[in-house]
This record gives sequence, structure tokens and C-alpha cells, in this order.
Amino acid sequence: MLPIGVLCLQGDFREHLATLSSLGVASKVVKKPEHLVGISGLIIPGGESTVIDKLSKIYELREPIRNLIREGLPVFGTCAGLIMLANNLIDGTSTQETFGGLDITVQRNAFGSQVDSFESELEFAGESVKAAFIRAPIVVSVGPETQVLSKLADDRVVAVRQGNLLGISFHPEVTGETKVHEYFVRMCKTANFTATN
Amino acid sequence: MSEIKNSSTPLVKRGLAEMLKGGVIMDVVTADQAKIAEDAGAVAVMALERVPADIRAQGGVARMSDPDLIDGIISAVSIPVMAKARIGHFVEAQILQSLKVDYIDESEVLSPADYVNHIDKWNFDVPFVCGATNLGEALRRITEGAAMIRSKGEAGTGDVSEATKHIRTILGEIRALSAKSEDELYVAAKELQAPIELVREVARTGKLPVVLFTAGGVATPADAAMMMQLGADGVFVGSGIFKSGNPAARAAAIVKATTSFDDPDVLASASRGLGEAMVGINVSDLPAPHRLAERGW
Repeated sequence: MLPIGVLCLQGDFREHLATLSSLGVASKVVKKPEHLVGISGLIIPGGESTVIDKLSKIYELREPIRNLIREGLPVFGTCAGLIMLANNLIDGTSTQETFGGLDITVQRNAFGSQVDSFESELEFAGESVKAAFIRAPIVVSVGPETQVLSKLADDRVVAVRQGNLLGISFHPEVTGETKVHEYFVRMCKTANFTATN
Repeated sequence: MSEIKNSSTPLVKRGLAEMLKGGVIMDVVTADQAKIAEDAGAVAVMALERVPADIRAQGGVARMSDPDLIDGIISAVSIPVMAKARIGHFVEAQILQSLKVDYIDESEVLSPADYVNHIDKWNFDVPFVCGATNLGEALRRITEGAAMIRSKGEAGTGDVSEATKHIRTILGEIRALSAKSEDELYVAAKELQAPIELVREVARTGKLPVVLFTAGGVATPADAAMMMQLGADGVFVGSGIFKSGNPAARAAAIVKATTSFDDPDVLASASRGLGEAMVGINVSDLPAPHRLAERGW
């Protein structure tokens, strides 16, 4: 299978590269537009969404990634990556943009400050996964075509899928959890997409 | 299914630092500066009353900032806010936790409150970052509960030489440890004055169990990129931004250089047209009692 790209501008991209490697899946560092060519999927890591947004604009990745999303490239976002995939944002900064694609509204830092961060086990697409929520966002509303894959006990939505886009509030990549990545790899195999530029 | 939420675990505390990697944490003294830092692409801000260059110039005892100032900065930005407590001053740390800062820096930039003990950081829900000049110091801070380490450098100077020395020392000592045989690690632990379990873990993995940033004297995009090439996970910039001619442009350029640390063409363009860098002081001109890096042990 063609490599899965990991957006390596800022954040915990090394953990995503390591998770893919542990699954025996080829990965590719994406820092410039030309790195997008030949990938079969893209992971947007955790980090600071304001910074990832700014850097993706500076490095002229914003429009190419938006185009690839429209063309059907499978994209998986964790935490800040979920924010980057949301069409609507609550508590963003005044200049903040997203790639968009998921018909959802996401609230940044929805649990509060760092002392409200936590780890937990939860159900994701029918399987139990170890999840870390770190200054995590929440999906506050979903469109008609968005499928909910995980909820917290209080019913708040923390994982969604729409077509070839997968977005989650938490970080499986820092807990040693591989099931969500395995799910995304299956999505990429099924989509059988090759990014050209 | 029933849900168990575990807060303040080492994974959660260290996890926030993981998300800051590849980023720049900037010192700010007002809410306006915090906004400028956020707009320029800071991954977090450090709220304090005086930047290290001013602490150095004005002298006197440097303490935790006024809670009103910290509150003002927390409400001005959406990115994580850190604040400094004096070394060993666990009550300043309790106050900062009550203010809901995202990280506490137990910092040698402030005047130490205890010349024997550091804060027992396991007692807190909020994570801590601590400074270190060598591997032993880093491991002792981690043993006390630090969830992130920054090499100390020499704050408030704009002279990057100490930052270079400290990041090289820490990473060089890790490489040396990885080359040792299992039976040599006991003596290594004794020499490092750190627990054998932690020494074994570092020897086996070839890295600290927490994120390692660098700090103290970074003033230009080239300085930041050099720290990244030497192996830092990210950089703290203190006086270097708001003591320079054009803080917004310099801050954005340092962010860009930290991401593209290995691309000299990008670094060349990021280094252009930034106006004056902070004037700075050569560390070799500083009399020993004024060297902040020697605080903490």
C-alpha cells in the first residue's frame, strides 16, 4: 500500500509516525506541498490548532489539503487534527481557519484547563480503546451525514466519521493504542486513493 | 459501559508537553503581549511580571506574578498558559494551580525560596516544567515529578552559548549512558545522583521519559533552529522577543524557524528584515553570582 502522510508542522507527529510503523504501515513526513504527492491518506496530529493552521498557510499546504479532502483523500485528525477538519469552530481565535470537510461544530478546550485533562477507556466503533484527552475539544453538533463513533458517558461526542474523514477528540497515539489507526488504515485501503497534485 | 476518568496521571501531565513539541513558548508580561504571541504562532505563553532581562537589570527578589496579571493573560488567549514559581516555593505553586494555569515552571529565573529542596511535584494536579544543566539534574527533577524538562541556558542574556552547552551536555550524557553495559549503570546512577530505574529507562530508550525543550538566550531564528538541530523538542524564548525591535515579526520568524529548522533556505528568508535583535549581554561578562543557571541542583 502507498504511504500514509503525517502532517509534521507542529505537535505529536512523531507518535503518529511510530504508531504507523508499529503496524507495519509505510508513512511519509508532510511539511511541504510536494510531499502530498503519492500518499494514500493523511494524519493531522495533536498539537496547537492555531499554530498548525498558521503554519499550513505559511507553507502553502492549506489549499492543496482542502482540495485533496474534496477529491476524497482519507484524512484522520486527532485533537487539534479534529479541529482542523471541522467546518465550524467555537472558541477559535479571530483569524483561525480550518481545512474543513466534516459537517460538525467543534468547541476548543471544551473540558477546561490542563488540570481537567484525563485518560479513560471508551468505546470506539464497537471496540474498547485507551484514550487520553488533553485540553481536548468536543463535537457539539453533527450534520445528517456524520456518523458518531464514540461518546463519553454523558453523551458528549468525541469521535466522528463522514465519508473518508475521521476525527477524534483524544490521543490514541500517546497511550500505545493502535485500534483507531488500524481502523484508519482500513479506510485508506478501501478508498484506494492516490494523491496527485 | 461505565466510564472511569483518571485525571493528573503522568501520561496526562506529560501528554500536554508532547502536544507542544516543535513549538515556541514565549515569555509575556501583559495580555496584549500574549495576544501578539498567540497571533504570531506561539504554542503556549509564559506569564510573568518581568522578562529575565529586566529581572537581571533591575535586581531585587523576583517572585511569582500577581494573580490578576495571570488571570488577564489566561482570559486573553486560547493557547496554554504557563507561569513561574520560585524553586522550592510550594505555596506559590499551590496558588498557581488554583489559578488554573496549564503548566508551572519551577524556575531559576526567580529567586529560589529553598536552597535545599525543590517542590514535590507529585503532590500537584497541574504539571511542572523544570530547568536542568545536565542529565543528573534533569533526572532528579523528573524523580520529583517534573513532566517536562527545559535546558536552562542563561536567561535574559540573548547569548545562546549556555543553552548550547546545556542541551549538548544533556543529550551527550544520554548517548554515553546508552553505550554502557547493564552492570555499569549502577555506578552511572550513583554519579548522576538519580534512581537506578530511571537511569536504566533512559539508557534503554536513549531519551528522557519526558519532553525536552531548550531555553535561556535564544534571540534569533537561527538560534532556535540550532537548538532544534541539536535535538531539542522545542524552544522557550524569553526576553528575545519583546526586548527586540519588532516583536510580532521576530516571534513569527522564530516560529517558522523552529518548524523548518533543517531547511537553510527557509531559515534565510525567516531571518530577513526583523529589525534589531535584543542587545544582550555576553555570559562571559557576567560575574558568577549573577548566573541564574547555577540556581537549582
